Amino acid sequence: MSTTHVRVQARSAGFFTDWRTVSLRALRLTWRDPEAFGPALAIPLFFFVVNVGALQSFVEGGFPPGFDYKAFQLPVSVAFAVTGVSRASSLVLDIQDGYLDRLLLTPVRRGTLLLGLMTADLVLITALAVPVLMLGLLLGIDVATGFLGLIVFVVIAGLWGLAFTGFPYAIALRTGNPTAVNGAFLLFFPFLFLTTAYLPQEAMTGWLATAVKFNPTTYLLDGLRALLMDGWEWDRIGKALLAVLGLGAVSFTLAFKALAGRVKRN
Amino acid sequence: MTPAIEARALARRFGEKDAVAGVDLTVAAGEIYGFLGPNGAGKSTTVRMLTTLLKPTAGTARVAGHDVADEAEAVRLRIGVALQSAALDPKQTGRELLDLQGRLYGLSKHDRTARMNELLDLVGIGSAIDQRIGTYSGGMKRRLDLAAALVHQPEVLFIDEPTTGLDPTSRIAVWEEVRRLNKEVGMTIFLTTQYLEEADTLADRVGIIARGLLVAEDTPDALKRSIGSDVIVARVAPSAADAVVAAVRDLAPVEGTEVSGHEVVISVADGPAAISPVAVAIAQAGVRVEGLTLRTPTLDDVFLHITGGRLQEDEAA
Repeated sequence: MSTTHVRVQARSAGFFTDWRTVSLRALRLTWRDPEAFGPALAIPLFFFVVNVGALQSFVEGGFPPGFDYKAFQLPVSVAFAVTGVSRASSLVLDIQDGYLDRLLLTPVRRGTLLLGLMTADLVLITALAVPVLMLGLLLGIDVATGFLGLIVFVVIAGLWGLAFTGFPYAIALRTGNPTAVNGAFLLFFPFLFLTTAYLPQEAMTGWLATAVKFNPTTYLLDGLRALLMDGWEWDRIGKALLAVLGLGAVSFTLAFKALAGRVKRN
Repeated sequence: MTPAIEARALARRFGEKDAVAGVDLTVAAGEIYGFLGPNGAGKSTTVRMLTTLLKPTAGTARVAGHDVADEAEAVRLRIGVALQSAALDPKQTGRELLDLQGRLYGLSKHDRTARMNELLDLVGIGSAIDQRIGTYSGGMKRRLDLAAALVHQPEVLFIDEPTTGLDPTSRIAVWEEVRRLNKEVGMTIFLTTQYLEEADTLADRVGIIARGLLVAEDTPDALKRSIGSDVIVARVAPSAADAVVAAVRDLAPVEGTEVSGHEVVISVADGPAAISPVAVAIAQAGVRVEGLTLRTPTLDDVFLHITGGRLQEDEAA
């Protein structure tokens, strides 16, 4: 055997190289994990078709002519597609297999271990949002803000999905337990159902109206609906971005604190 | 010359339990150091501290000239680690895993390619290097794990149980590579193992850890000599062991006795001369002997002498 003819010098690769390296691995493995994105695409398409088929006539009947329930529902389906998508389960496997330890034995910048996964998530989230959006367009939705609005729509939806990833990563890093990570899916329900998923905010009453008011998803959906149905209404779009920012601030803080706890060597 | 590894009163406490209770050891550059101990003795915790995965709660350690607590990144650039259970990603191919390691150590594309070609020889799995690791056998995984630890040509290599689960051919291949790395490149190797033969064959010096403390340390030959030139092993029923000890302990050639389950290990200065009087004494005590063996001491005998238990039995338990 011969393993040492070439002399090499190990050095810190630098933040961006580390980020790129971890991201490329995560993207490669995402592609090899069709079970991770197959259902994530099928479920929102299913809900979109079923919700529109079941409720379109009923809801549109209660609004002035011109109200398009398909456009009202499309942001919900896109939110279904992009919320809760992450590689947290594979991170748990890395912890259990000891592969995370192998990475921690290298000089890799610790933060890039999470940023790389999130980068792959953002790519996947965007890839999931686009087909759902395309289905809506094929079904005749007229986009009030045109092609540029569609781009902004995808960017906001992608950032929302990214902001949400912090929760499952925090759980994965805190527990190292796949069951607990799967349980993070439960967060999905209040976020996506205690909101204006099926009816406009003004149609809500009682405790649900209060829950809807404090749910950031409400403002996300409203901003996305503005882009599709009403035009460049910056106050609504701005609130959607603020909702993304707020959610991201909370979830990323939790995730990076959990990462710091996992790698602090205590 | 700066030692490759130097630990002083190195300790690690988990809650109320002292996993490592104050280890002092020095490993010279270019040495192969065997670290022996049963499960739970503190081997892996010591390795995790020396490799920067775990901070000591007391004491200090320097590896490749750098403090493991305060200069962790400098240590990481200079060490390679093959952990006890091959720490691999089953969904990557072997080639992808080695390339990723090279990238994280800042190697150029040219250097990564060159190192990959060299390491393929060590991994020895041919075209399977382009298949997913999840399809590899245990032996292939262990060899890939070792190759991953060597991508950046570390000064100090930590290998935790390197041949556990390997077939004899793969085991010998790993031993040859360890020897070669040590002799040709001068790589310092810190080896933990449950195989006494492995420590005996490979290690320049052996440290024995029990209950978080280093209880013996020397060359394998010196350790074995420390318990006598020869040992006679009498295999008897456990209830008869004390009677055997009582029968032989006062005989002139007997230097010491240890009991381990069915075996009474009798250390003697001159085995061929001592075996007859020992056999006669046991017979006169009325003990039925299932077997009486004369051999030279092993590291397992040393372990028994020092700790009162067999290393191999503890590992198996």
